[in-house]
Amino acid sequence: MRHIISILLENESGALSRVAGLFSARGYNIESLTVAVTEDPTLSRMTLVTRGSDEIIEQITKQLNKLVDVVKLVDLTEGAHIEREMLLIKVEASNGAREEIKRLADIFRGRIIDVTDTAYTIELTGNGDKLDAFLQALGKSSIIEVVRSGPSAIARGDKGLHL
Amino acid sequence: MELTGAEIFVRCLRDEGVEYVFGYPGGASLHIYDALYKQDAVKHILTRHEQGAAHAADGYARSSGKPGVALVTSGPGVTNTVTGIATAYMDSIPIVVFSGQVATSLIGNDAFQEVDAVGITRPCVKHNFLVKDVKDLAATIKKAFYIATTGRPGPVLVDIPKDVTACKTEYHYPKEIALRSYAPVTKGHSGQIRKAVDLIVQAKRPMVYTGGGVILGEGSKPLTELVRLLGYPCTNTLMGLGGFPATDPLFVGMLGMHGTYEANMAMHECDVLVAIGARFDDRVTGDLAKFCPHARTVHVDIDPASISKNVPVEIPIVGSVAAVLKEMIKLVKDSKTRVDKAALQAWWKQIDEWRSLGCLKYEHSDKVIKPQAVIEKLHELTAGGAFITSDVGQHQMWTAQFYKFDKPRRWINSGGLGTMGFGLPAAIGAQFAHPGETVVCVTGEASIQMCIQELSTCKQYSLPIKIVNLNNRYMGMVRQWQEFFYDRRYSHSYMDALPDFIKLAESYGHVGMQIDKPADVEGALKEALKLKDRLVFMDFITDQTENVYPMIAAGKGQHEMQLSPCHRGATSERELA
Repeated sequence: MRHIISILLENESGALSRVAGLFSARGYNIESLTVAVTEDPTLSRMTLVTRGSDEIIEQITKQLNKLVDVVKLVDLTEGAHIEREMLLIKVEASNGAREEIKRLADIFRGRIIDVTDTAYTIELTGNGDKLDAFLQALGKSSIIEVVRSGPSAIARGDKGLHL
Repeated sequence: MELTGAEIFVRCLRDEGVEYVFGYPGGASLHIYDALYKQDAVKHILTRHEQGAAHAADGYARSSGKPGVALVTSGPGVTNTVTGIATAYMDSIPIVVFSGQVATSLIGNDAFQEVDAVGITRPCVKHNFLVKDVKDLAATIKKAFYIATTGRPGPVLVDIPKDVTACKTEYHYPKEIALRSYAPVTKGHSGQIRKAVDLIVQAKRPMVYTGGGVILGEGSKPLTELVRLLGYPCTNTLMGLGGFPATDPLFVGMLGMHGTYEANMAMHECDVLVAIGARFDDRVTGDLAKFCPHARTVHVDIDPASISKNVPVEIPIVGSVAAVLKEMIKLVKDSKTRVDKAALQAWWKQIDEWRSLGCLKYEHSDKVIKPQAVIEKLHELTAGGAFITSDVGQHQMWTAQFYKFDKPRRWINSGGLGTMGFGLPAAIGAQFAHPGETVVCVTGEASIQMCIQELSTCKQYSLPIKIVNLNNRYMGMVRQWQEFFYDRRYSHSYMDALPDFIKLAESYGHVGMQIDKPADVEGALKEALKLKDRLVFMDFITDQTENVYPMIAAGKGQHEMQLSPCHRGATSERELA
């Protein structure tokens, strides 16, 4: 099963490599990983997507909790949550294709954020499925470059992950 | 008054109560060594290799319960400690390793003797630090000792760049420290303990299985009290030996790959398994699919990640073993349910039947020295009270089987990592922690050569360690596996071109003996133990073909042990290629 683990960790050099090292040393998967500082500059928040059986996910969360740099964590997939990923994509947009690509971006509620004579750069936010669908709709041939942020996620409701 | 980082370092160790630092100087740690020179509160012990320093700190910690400290320089200094750190990590031993580092301005420049110490040790430490500012030094050292010694203990490395040891700041050593991201549990959950005790007292075929956690968590006394109160059989893992007195009739021996028949059979047949401070290691469980098929399991451990890692557990209790055991004793005493005496009697009858097989029996000989006989004699002559370190292999298993450890912290071996070369430097640490006591290093001619240089350290500090070298001219355990599983193709497991160990010991200023007749074993051991102020290297020339039995081969269950040939009615048919 796919799990999204949200981690608050000390904003210190080496903290990220402790998490990444744990996954490689114990043979766990990392599907994606995003990390950035929070409103408290001493804390980073990491969103980590992984897959595994219930037993493996239990071990992953226990082992993560053992890391001294990990302050708190939650498996967001245990409850209702919202997940968003950002896609930046550069596509060929010459003559005939320009209108069609703009329409497609509109349908997916994407925004064109840079334009040249031959290309568009589009920003699109949503869950992973939506981004996949957009990429599929565009077709491989027109894509120049794709950048995906990996999912960020947050629990629904008024409770938050904090100290 | 402002002090330099090096002076602060030494003051921190003093204020932490550190008696000994095992180490080896070098460029990046020169300021620290200069500060050590100017004081005498903290004694520095010079080993002959940084691996020796890490193992000595480890042996000191295992035998005393206090954290061991090592100090090395950057680059090769710290890479040489990695085996020692990993050894401590696998067995959860509290050591703090301080490494010098190149100056902060040079970090990342591939400077002379630069290595990413924090990166290289990350997978085998409980935690590690790089101190970039002298203002953080004292607090970091406090954190290092706190993390190493609390919760599930483990090694911590502190990497200190050379310029940090030269910079000055005010000295203040924090008395206490709290970390928001690290709060180890101590007390177990009362409800869970109650549930566990309810299950335990109702058991018909109970089994108490305890590990190194009982030693580390000072749980030996309450464990002994609880087991005796219940009258249940108790087994110890390799790391747990001494946690329960081996000469107590309730003790059924070590379990696992080379455990006793009665311990492994009782594990297989038990209906309630009480695991305390043990981690269901693969050398204990054998094939997991066949492990304890009838048991409902209680597991007490300070590390939640150890619970249900390999074997699903019905009643997990996270907490310090001593605290949980004491609560269990109280509950058992107050419990309305009495232990089922009839069922327990029947269970003991069964266990005694298994025991009567005498699974550790071996063929005695008056022609060639049997290694088991040496350990039995050693146990007898030291009245089971010596601190015994070992290396890794057959001699380690025979010591675990034949030296009956009645007290905790007497048995010092690398159980998790299985580090050859551990024994002698660990004995150095143990001897420093226990100056008047008998410290014996049981080893083999292969293992001892991996850290043989520490004989020089022993000379410098007049350490009267007794080395029992079970010399069978083979890497015995490798040879045993090749005999069993590789059709006797003894690929590179022989020990050719051995040194003359008598001369070797003598050249370091020690006493050397060679013993090749069974009749001389007792005399030699007696003579050696009498030499209270000398290191004695006893080179026992032993049976080359002896194997460790019983044995659970890979992929087998605990009940599928292979017994010694003397149980199969066959006389020795073993031969060498």
